Amino acid sequence: MRRLLERLGFGFAVLVLVSPAVLVFLWMLSLSLKTELDNTAWPPVFIPDPPTLDNYREVFARNDFLLYAWNSVVVSVSSTLLALAVGVPAGYGIAKMQAVRAAALILVARITPGLSYLIPLFLLFQWLELTGTLFPIVITHLVITVPIVVWVMISFFEGLPGELEEAALVDGATIWQAFRHVALPLARPGITVATILAFIFSWNNFVFAMVLAGRETRTLPVAVNNMLTFEQIAWGPLSAAALLVTLPVLLLTLLAQKQIVAGLTAGGVKGA
Amino acid sequence: MPSGGAATLAGAPAAEAARPRRRRNYARRYAWFIVPAAVVVVAVIVFPWAFTLYVSAFDWRLGGERRWVGLANYAALFGDARFGWAMLRTLLYTALAVVFPLVLGLAAALAFHRRFPLRGLARAVFILPMMATPVAVALVWTMMFHPQLGVLNWLLTTAGLPPSMWVYSANTVIPTLVMVEVWHWTPLVMLLLLGGLAALPVDPYEAAKIDGATPWQAFRHVTLPLLMPFIVVALIIRTIDALKAFDTIYVITQGGPGSASETINIFLYLQAFAFYNMGYASAVVVVFFAIIMALAALLLWTRQRVKLA
Repeated sequence: MRRLLERLGFGFAVLVLVSPAVLVFLWMLSLSLKTELDNTAWPPVFIPDPPTLDNYREVFARNDFLLYAWNSVVVSVSSTLLALAVGVPAGYGIAKMQAVRAAALILVARITPGLSYLIPLFLLFQWLELTGTLFPIVITHLVITVPIVVWVMISFFEGLPGELEEAALVDGATIWQAFRHVALPLARPGITVATILAFIFSWNNFVFAMVLAGRETRTLPVAVNNMLTFEQIAWGPLSAAALLVTLPVLLLTLLAQKQIVAGLTAGGVKGA
Repeated sequence: MPSGGAATLAGAPAAEAARPRRRRNYARRYAWFIVPAAVVVVAVIVFPWAFTLYVSAFDWRLGGERRWVGLANYAALFGDARFGWAMLRTLLYTALAVVFPLVLGLAAALAFHRRFPLRGLARAVFILPMMATPVAVALVWTMMFHPQLGVLNWLLTTAGLPPSMWVYSANTVIPTLVMVEVWHWTPLVMLLLLGGLAALPVDPYEAAKIDGATPWQAFRHVTLPLLMPFIVVALIIRTIDALKAFDTIYVITQGGPGSASETINIFLYLQAFAFYNMGYASAVVVVFFAIIMALAALLLWTRQRVKLA
């Protein structure tokens, strides 16, 4: 009997812990499926009856939403790929050389507020007359993705046993071959973690694109924020758009929970 | 992935004991692996730091004049009451946004450390807030805070409590924004401490059990001291992140009402990209950077002490 009570109590505690997360997202979903009338009703309507997809239709009817979604994909994918191209070898090199100072520099980069990179880079891109293209946004997102990739890869390569590479070196392989054909295949799980985290934090980033993007080059977070500014009480479409922006990330989190947890606890990395 | 990994955060992961000389020469051959990343880091990270320092010595208006003023921006900053208030607000916000996530995150970590059905799913759901796009989340909170139509005031009045003005009053805006921050970042603290709990040795617990310790005593005298290094790491990360908070504050209040929620980061943003006062804003960046570095150093030093104790 006491056991049962204890279990019930524990179950209740877990429910209390998880409910703020669940309720906020459910409320977001509810707002996005209701008419404007129901959204501004008092007392609030919780369960859409009948649910409507009109808000989503409205979001997609503005074809600029698709343009902004495309911008977001281009920016996140290219900044993640570029970061992997330079960051994976760097993580390997730093782990092999035990380059404490290089690792510390990456840590400082992670600590610095993202905003503080913006003034100089903004001035630079203005001077180069590149504002209004996606290029500056991709470059500034490297500020987020490169430290994440390097940091995750350092701790991953340090966890790998070195014997296989040493055997390859003894057999006459160059260090590049040992990296390319021995260490890299072994590091695939680490690369997955780094890719997921870099992509998510680039996708979520707001401030770089807000300052650097023109009308045609906004990313989704910026576009959604602009909707708030211009349509104060259109809650339905606003929630639908917000949910669409964050849905890829939420799904990725649920599917790749293990990798995300491993990556975040390995380095405590997070976007700038 | 080693679960003790969180501990490596502060003491850079490559920080092993010094190696013999021959090994170092051998290691140097790996320098080429770092070169491409080093180029990128210098271009997008180190160059901005240096350029910010340079700009901070100018009266630099966007599209306007550019005049060398030496340290005048810094002098003006220390006499600027608005900056002083922003600083105080940031400290208040940070203190609250560190304490609550640490306490709640510890409780959550202890819960998730136990085995129970559907634990994986519950944990995945629990970390959703920290992964979600901050702008999207901030928008939903904004709608929930609406004084007349928001769901939160409905909850309050239904529970028999007076409605709140949430982010629409200067008195409640900071605690309300802290609430969003707590919701947002408690999961990260939970993950870091959960990693710590998994790395704890089992023996002390068995000893405590044999000695007849109650669960509370075991927590107070065994878990807490052993977990302390991880708690300090979580404290460091949380402090730095709370100081840097920008997205949710900017989307929800833009520093308002008036300037009641204008933290240093918002102040900095407005100076640079609303008033285009680049020199002054750069001076803010330099001071802000110095504060963060000093705090990080202080916390790292505390961590060393905790480790030794």
